[in-house]
Amino acid sequence: MTSPEKPQADRFPNGSDAFPHKHLLGISGLQPWEILYILDQAEEWVALNRSGASKHDDRLAGLTIINAFFENSTRTLLSFEIAGKRLGADVVNMHAAQSSVKKGETLIDTAVTLNAMRADAIVIRHGSSGAVQLISEKVDCPCLNAGDGQHEHPTQALLDALTIQRRKGPIERLTITICGDVLHSRVARSNIFCLKQLGAEVRVAGPPALLPDALDRFGVETFSNFEEALPGSDVVMMLRLQNERMNGDFIPSPREYFHLYGLEEARLALARPDALVMHPGPMNRGVEIASNVADNLDRSAINEQVEMGVAVRMACLDILTRKARRVEGWS
Amino acid sequence: MSGFTISGGMAVLPGNPDAVRQDILVSGDVIAKKATGKKRLDATSLIVAPGIIDLGVFATDKPAFRFGGIIRAALMPDQSPVHDDPATIRFAALKGKPDFWVHPLAAATRSLENLKIAEIALMKEAGAVAVSAGRCWIRDSGLMLRLMHYCAALDMPLVIDAEDSSLTGDAVATSGETATRLGLSSAPSVAEALAISRDILLARESGAKVHFRQVTTAKGLQHVRQAKEEGLPVSCGITPAHLLLSDDAVSDYRTFARISPPLRSQEDRAACMAALADGTIDVISSGHSPQGPEAKRLPFAEATPGMAGAETLLALTLNFVRDGAIGLGRLFELLASNPAHILGLNAGELAAGKQADIILIDEDAPWQIDSSKMAALAGNTPFDKLPVQGRVVKMMKGGKVID
Repeated sequence: MTSPEKPQADRFPNGSDAFPHKHLLGISGLQPWEILYILDQAEEWVALNRSGASKHDDRLAGLTIINAFFENSTRTLLSFEIAGKRLGADVVNMHAAQSSVKKGETLIDTAVTLNAMRADAIVIRHGSSGAVQLISEKVDCPCLNAGDGQHEHPTQALLDALTIQRRKGPIERLTITICGDVLHSRVARSNIFCLKQLGAEVRVAGPPALLPDALDRFGVETFSNFEEALPGSDVVMMLRLQNERMNGDFIPSPREYFHLYGLEEARLALARPDALVMHPGPMNRGVEIASNVADNLDRSAINEQVEMGVAVRMACLDILTRKARRVEGWS
Repeated sequence: MSGFTISGGMAVLPGNPDAVRQDILVSGDVIAKKATGKKRLDATSLIVAPGIIDLGVFATDKPAFRFGGIIRAALMPDQSPVHDDPATIRFAALKGKPDFWVHPLAAATRSLENLKIAEIALMKEAGAVAVSAGRCWIRDSGLMLRLMHYCAALDMPLVIDAEDSSLTGDAVATSGETATRLGLSSAPSVAEALAISRDILLARESGAKVHFRQVTTAKGLQHVRQAKEEGLPVSCGITPAHLLLSDDAVSDYRTFARISPPLRSQEDRAACMAALADGTIDVISSGHSPQGPEAKRLPFAEATPGMAGAETLLALTLNFVRDGAIGLGRLFELLASNPAHILGLNAGELAAGKQADIILIDEDAPWQIDSSKMAALAGNTPFDKLPVQGRVVKMMKGGKVID
């Protein structure tokens, strides 16, 4: 994997050349400098979000953002909602449970309906891989993927990259180990694509039945023994193990999983002494991560990830609506 | 008896690797040694070939059959209602008339639930030419062995869709780089070889004639190759999709490329082409399964598998001749004489005494596959916008020209 070439003089080209995509459907397909551009923009929002009582920048005032969530979510939905509101947009949330999807309407009909309401951006979470791309082909406004099936969750990878970069500096020098149920994880896929694009060495550990095929084609090294993956790691990223996979189909029991793959202090000691601990949340304490590791503020960046999530989503909403807002250079 | 001569064309005759200039004589509804009338049908600059016998379609789609030169189609039993009793078989067989032959396959088990054997003998008398469990593989080995014994006793071939369902589960793709990148649930390609190897063992045990409708992996084809070397009555087929496309065709979540079994790796595709050339593959069929937008304009995993293949079958397979992979004679073994032999039909060859099911082909006629302009019930083809050559200009069933 080539290391990202940052345009050094101005860092980034002017106007829409810096991010020439209409939608954010995934990390796959983004160039390293495009990823870095989003992270760069997000840094400014981190500053605003930390600036005190008033956290408003009303550049999206008058714009309507629909959060169309066909699958349940608490933190991602909240994060997108806060991001939109801090930018001054009118944010509307559509939950599948309340929508006509339950009445048998097809996804495309729902998309066309949302489009007819003249949304300026649609944030979509759906349980089926590729569903966000399908919607994006039927609507006029930018679509942001907030997680589609087992495919991608790009803003999660961006917020993770921002968190790592702020704590550890440029990602291209780092070794990052991702552990857990990679097979069913869109977070893992987006992170693998993102971190590889930014030039990191990425290792993946987990039970073989929960690692997808052909990971080597993505430039990733795989380990069935977590402890062999840890030495030299700058970052240890744990994935959530869904309850329904722990009942004997994939994993005999939560305690056996923790025995082999749980991140506890002794195991963390195998990584670099200053290794950063991350988790996309929500955590299963005692299953994939020990409480004292998760709560160790010197090592764990888990709360910071949530904070960076708002900033990254503000950056994405800002960048993708620039054309509609006729920002100079983005027509 | 009326008769005529098809003159001036290049005829695809049994045993000849290429078409040869020869007149074909028709007397009544069969091909004859002597013409009984003076009428002539000019076939100058055309190929004269046996009508295509499509072993395994999911719909009786006459406009698509007409376009594609398919005179006989073996209809899969997974219909609504399931073809599991003599009445539905008799009704299905009538649906092709008067211009086409529909040869229904009898459901192997009642309602295709794969629990109890269906009334195969009665369905045979009603016109069923073979037995099939449809798209679903029979997982219960005991049931499968009893079914094979029963089919062997009735001299009914068993058409099998071989993929071990305990491995495939809810998979919509073949495990590999593409499935991993797209986050699609996938199954290893060995699911096919596993099912084939068990069924070959049971065929050897029972003496049943077995046809694997689609064999799409290197390992699966190797099992079939070995069974044939051993002399077992085993044959296999494939569709153009698995010969021409690999799983990168599903990148971008194109649901028209969602087929069953799913598209395979480039290595498996190459193995299929090799098996086409070395004779391991006996049949190319269309797998015709027209699916409208309500079944296809969905997220990939929710879309119904299947492709509309009837009208593109001939044009796509003529490419193999043009590329030198096989000769024209071998192509029509794959498209007509082998399926006829497997199903026990007196057709599929331009030989005296055979039914005069004949197509005249302009092999150079250029056209473009266009999913929005298909003759079929729906245009779900993974070959949308592909330019092809070769069209049927005239077809006749039993010596009667079909307009």
